Amino acid sequence: MSEKKYSKQHEWVTIEGDVATIGITTHAAEMLGDVVFVELPEKGKNVEKEGQAGVVESTKAASDVYTPITGEITDTNQSIVDDPGSVNKDPEGAAWFFKIKIKNKSELDQLMSKADYDKFAKENPN
Amino acid sequence: MEIEKTALYDYHKSLGAKFVPFAGYEMPVQYSSGIVDEHKITRNGAGMFDVSHMGQLLIQGNESLATELEKIIPIDLKKIQLNQSKYSFLTNEEGGIYDDLIVTKVEKGFNIILNAACKNNDFKIISSSLKNKFKITLHKNLSLIALQGPKSSQILEKIINGISSLKFMNGNKFYYKGKDVYITRSGYTGEDGFEISISNEFVEDLAKELISQGVKPIGLGARDTLRLEAGLCLYGHDINESTSPIEANLKWAISKRRREEGGFVGYKKIKSDLNGSLNRLRVGIKPEGKIIAREGVKIFSEDGKEIGSITSGTFGPSVNGPIAMGYVKLNFSKPGTKVSLEVRGKKHEAKVSELPFYKKSYVR
Repeated sequence: MSEKKYSKQHEWVTIEGDVATIGITTHAAEMLGDVVFVELPEKGKNVEKEGQAGVVESTKAASDVYTPITGEITDTNQSIVDDPGSVNKDPEGAAWFFKIKIKNKSELDQLMSKADYDKFAKENPN
Repeated sequence: MEIEKTALYDYHKSLGAKFVPFAGYEMPVQYSSGIVDEHKITRNGAGMFDVSHMGQLLIQGNESLATELEKIIPIDLKKIQLNQSKYSFLTNEEGGIYDDLIVTKVEKGFNIILNAACKNNDFKIISSSLKNKFKITLHKNLSLIALQGPKSSQILEKIINGISSLKFMNGNKFYYKGKDVYITRSGYTGEDGFEISISNEFVEDLAKELISQGVKPIGLGARDTLRLEAGLCLYGHDINESTSPIEANLKWAISKRRREEGGFVGYKKIKSDLNGSLNRLRVGIKPEGKIIAREGVKIFSEDGKEIGSITSGTFGPSVNGPIAMGYVKLNFSKPGTKVSLEVRGKKHEAKVSELPFYKKSYVR
């Protein structure tokens, strides 16, 4: 698996072949607070970079989840729909959101390294 | 307008509070363990809420004050017993609600607890109605601490002698470190608990003592999930200037004598609502799945007609599912009625539900 990359909308991405696995960052999960509801895109749906691809809700509010990558949704993680609290427990591991068949590999170059993201998150806490 | 802070602000900070602006105050929304955890602590143990942003109003006077106040507050203030508390509201000319409040009869007159966002306007309304005949004080030097949860009584008794004998919706004067405090057995969570009115000078001492006895600090986030499970209204959302108390299903809070005799602002609308012209009602709404329907979500009948909207909705940690309340047309208000909720463009099944969602355990 590739090194983890990060987006400005607080998603993480790992790559295996031409498939990207996407979830929300630990920082984003902390900002949300207790996640109590997750809505995921349907398999087979085509999503555009920075387009809405899901919803997470905490006790406080609903937030959109965006995709940092354009392509077709090939898989979604039903376990986080059944147990939304797992998003707080392991946001950058077991609680991945969806997998995408990458359409345009050059989009990966626009993502940040962990060090750059940590700096970005510190400067843009929300 | 500059944002205000309660006397416990620095203490909250030291306890790991996350703050949000609320009604002109910088208030803790949660502490480090999170809203769900704080909610469960309050249901199973004891939680401490700083509600010092709320208005604490003292109106001094005797029987003639009760007569005057009855013109704007629709309860039987002549019959209320010393140290008894009652839930009520300030009504407007159209029968809507300017604010909901708790009135307690005290030796000097009446104590009234007001919502933070409404307190200055309430003060104006009450002052102008009473026409300077009575001394009115909106306290600036008092804090208000709510201690809520099944362990509240045994813990507070260790600190303030005698409180465990208070009955629900009753108050009394007690002593903390030799100073007067006024405590009522009441709250906004559906649990047994107390609200302690104490001077700003000593509130941190008391808060620290409660925490050292195992009480956890609770923020506004859990306060909202707790009150919604308990079916209690949040002013500005579930009730406001255009909802009548009858529409809001708060008929019980208007004394029988007052319902029959009137003599208070807005009675015309309230009387007509009582006499059959009521056309909508506040009800509990329970989504069937996991979807959370928040304020503003439209409610539809089974055959697709719009019949109302949600006024509060969240995830109820003790119910372990989504809960909401809202207004529906009267003929759809029966518990069990199937409805649907439109969230993000899709309809989701729900049912009209009995309130509260979570059973109370008050000490009577």
